[in-house]
Amino acid sequence: MATIEKSLTHEKEQASLWDVERIRADFPVLRQTVNGKPLVYLDNAASSQVPQVVIERGSMYLEQEHSNIHRGVHYLSQKATTAYEGARETVKRFINARESKECIFVRGTTEGINLVMHGYGRKFISAGDEIIISAMEHHANIVPWQMLCEEKAAGLRVIPMNDAGELLLDEYEGLLNERTKLVAVSHVSNALGTINPIKSMIESAHKYGVPVLIDGAQGAPHMIVDVQDLDCDFYAFSGHKMFAPTGSGVVYGKARLLEQMNPFQGGGDMIKSVTFEKTIFADLPNKFEAGTPAIASQIGLGAAIDYLNSISREHAAAYEHELLRYATERLSGIEGVRIIGTARDKASVLSFVIDEVHPHDIGTILDQEGIAVRAGHHCAQPVMQRFNVPATARASFAFYNTREEVNVLANTIERVIEIFS
Amino acid sequence: MSELSELYQQVILDHNKKPRNFRKLETANHSAEGYNPLCGDQLTVYLKLEDQAVKDVTFEGSGCAISKAAASMMTQALKGKNKQEAEKLFTEFHRMVTGELDEEKTPNDLGNLKIFAGVREFPVRVKCATLAWHTMHAALNNQELVSTE
Ligand SMILES: Cc1ncc(COP(=O)(O)O)c(C=O)c1O
Repeated sequence: MATIEKSLTHEKEQASLWDVERIRADFPVLRQTVNGKPLVYLDNAASSQVPQVVIERGSMYLEQEHSNIHRGVHYLSQKATTAYEGARETVKRFINARESKECIFVRGTTEGINLVMHGYGRKFISAGDEIIISAMEHHANIVPWQMLCEEKAAGLRVIPMNDAGELLLDEYEGLLNERTKLVAVSHVSNALGTINPIKSMIESAHKYGVPVLIDGAQGAPHMIVDVQDLDCDFYAFSGHKMFAPTGSGVVYGKARLLEQMNPFQGGGDMIKSVTFEKTIFADLPNKFEAGTPAIASQIGLGAAIDYLNSISREHAAAYEHELLRYATERLSGIEGVRIIGTARDKASVLSFVIDEVHPHDIGTILDQEGIAVRAGHHCAQPVMQRFNVPATARASFAFYNTREEVNVLANTIERVIEIFS
Repeated sequence: MSELSELYQQVILDHNKKPRNFRKLETANHSAEGYNPLCGDQLTVYLKLEDQAVKDVTFEGSGCAISKAAASMMTQALKGKNKQEAEKLFTEFHRMVTGELDEEKTPNDLGNLKIFAGVREFPVRVKCATLAWHTMHAALNNQELVSTE
């Protein structure tokens, strides 16, 4: 208990060191008004905003370096290639991969998971095998596995969760067996905010020699990710949820696995040589990067990581955590509001419902006050079914949000309840 | 909050709270299910048609205030109308909420359905307001969707 209190105080101290106004000045989008009110952007789990330095890095590329990578001997192509491969190095350090070739650039988490499904799943999973996912997965980490199971006559097993939105780890242990060929779980749930104990879950799977894919879409923006310490086999995340442009993303994979896998898409850049009889595939990472990628976006992702490193990720995380705690306290104090997802370990996400008020009506009324939240099923329909709600309203925070914004949110929710009373 | 009070008028809030004709219609000879995958709104419209006229109409389901109130008021407006009149009302309603019809200038039969005119200021909510109408239209026309009891 004492240590919890101590760490709470420590966190509060760190959070109080955070100069949020200075940080906000880095994000031009935040300066606008919506319906005459200052924008209160609380939809960070869907897409977060982009700091000025990332915007400038993108325009610099377009103004001075734009050309195709890996294909030209000319000056511009070399500059673009250097910048693109530089971003890969930055990503490698960000997640502490052993080698940069283990960081495959993809369009986002969805494409990353599909790459593993095609490259690993279709090659190594067959009839009677089992894949384990969890009850709180995003559709991106359900549908590809369902498609694979259908194709291969394999079985999909689901780790259940309790009413707080925490995975039942005993049940998970019970699901693992000799038939298990892959575990795919999220680091942080986008619908509930739960942080899953992935390190121990990975350890359990490895006892059976089963590789683990982590859906890091909500993990990478809020947690320190060390793929070697986690010992995960795959880790997928999206740039647009971590302060970079859309179209950027990464799937990390252990080199040993990536080398054994089938390529994902076929085409240019992923080959060593092509004849009509036979194609020899390129080495990592190019084997998985067919065609011209989103060069500007991936360079932007590198710049976003540089930005994150420059502001201290530890302090940012502590501040976000304190903000989530405050928002949880404010919203739970409002009669009629029910928070969906009350796990002990949570990051960024506050999902809620109001008695007798549909989340869409909440969303529309909040929007009139300039507050952006997401209303709907958050691409996690099984989660909605589990909690027996058609949808939720979801506020999701980033380190540029403020306590004042939480107050505006809470006050407007009170107004919603008034309108519908 | 003026546009907001245009949208959430008392009448709409009242129909949301106490939807009229909100039940399954055992004697229905036409029905259809409407679903809005974006928001999860889901409703079933039941129609009892006799001699091409709407003898009775009810609905069931879950959704936001706008979709529920629209469904509720639709059932009130349709009772006694013939098929042609029902389709005309659908067209007028749809045109009004998408801003194609000025309900104050162009003659129409919308009556108290005009209360939904405020929806046109909220383009993302047009689907909510029209879900019941589309479903009714499907029930009227799509013979395959009919469940005869
Ligand atoms: C947990 C989780 N997984 C996967 C995704 C899919 O990410 P993307 O749409 O960037 O591919 C999201 C984003 O909504 C997410 O929150």
